[in-house]
Amino acid sequence: MTLLDGNALAGRLDDLLGWDATASGVRCTHCGLTGLLATATVYASAMGIVARCRGCDAVLLTVVDGPDGRSWLGFRA
Amino acid sequence: MTARTAAWHAATVVASRPETATARRIELEVPTWPGNEAGSHLDVRLTAPDGYQASRSYSIASAGPGTRIVLAVDEVPDGEVSPFLVHDLRDGDQIEVHGPLGAFFVWMPSDDPAPVQLIAGGSGVVPLFAMASAHAASADATPFGCSTPFAPPTTCSSLTSSRRWSANGSPSTSSTPAGPRERGVCPRTTDRRGPACRGHPGRPAAARLRLRTDPFVEAVSGWLIEAGHSAARIRTERFGGS
Repeated sequence: MTLLDGNALAGRLDDLLGWDATASGVRCTHCGLTGLLATATVYASAMGIVARCRGCDAVLLTVVDGPDGRSWLGFRA
Repeated sequence: MTARTAAWHAATVVASRPETATARRIELEVPTWPGNEAGSHLDVRLTAPDGYQASRSYSIASAGPGTRIVLAVDEVPDGEVSPFLVHDLRDGDQIEVHGPLGAFFVWMPSDDPAPVQLIAGGSGVVPLFAMASAHAASADATPFGCSTPFAPPTTCSSLTSSRRWSANGSPSTSSTPAGPRERGVCPRTTDRRGPACRGHPGRPAAARLRLRTDPFVEAVSGWLIEAGHSAARIRTERFGGS
């Protein structure tokens, strides 16, 4: 598991959304902390990516890549 | 924000040479590249003969319009992509790159007169080199400073001795030879008493600061906030090689 930050999401989000969302504002639904997605804590592994709130560690976003080429993008913010 | 649209591109290696014992400078020609801001990164995707793919992000050491881009890749032991790029990639080889990426950790000329302090550890110096070069090539008179503990000696040397680097403003540069990368240990040049945390002389509270390398980022950004810098003015990027 590699510890990164939201800057590392740029490529995957551009692949999935068609634009780089890392400079977008996000608000944690758990603790209310606001900030830019680029500053979130990101854990990356072969299974996918999890972005967590830097204030309370709640999940903000998930990306799961399936073996068949499909990907699942989840937003919690 | 990066105005240039990101896309996947075919890139051809046109030159490469060792930068340090573990790092390699790789120059790519990308005919469809739209240019990139200083501090942007790209994703490199490698495909094995059996179709397996692996991609990793690398900062771009060059900036501006044009189709020629430069990477400086530091090998991560047991990594999946970086050992191939450092040891096996040859001139004429083609790889896939996705970019330019990154809308947050970039520098562009602006009307903001506040000085900029760049701080990086290890190969984190790569995007800072692009920022320094872009600043020197621009008409932006903003003072630039740099602190690069743990950076490879040759990279430090080329960064801090660059004539272009010191062409504008009055940079406060400091660096130390490469050393142990113990977690949470920083040399004097970048501890809470060092020049990086004191900020640029004269206007430390207004300084815009850009930090790179984790957990170095955690330690230094905490000290900067302790020293009175606004968290909103500190831009950070943490990278994890492999």
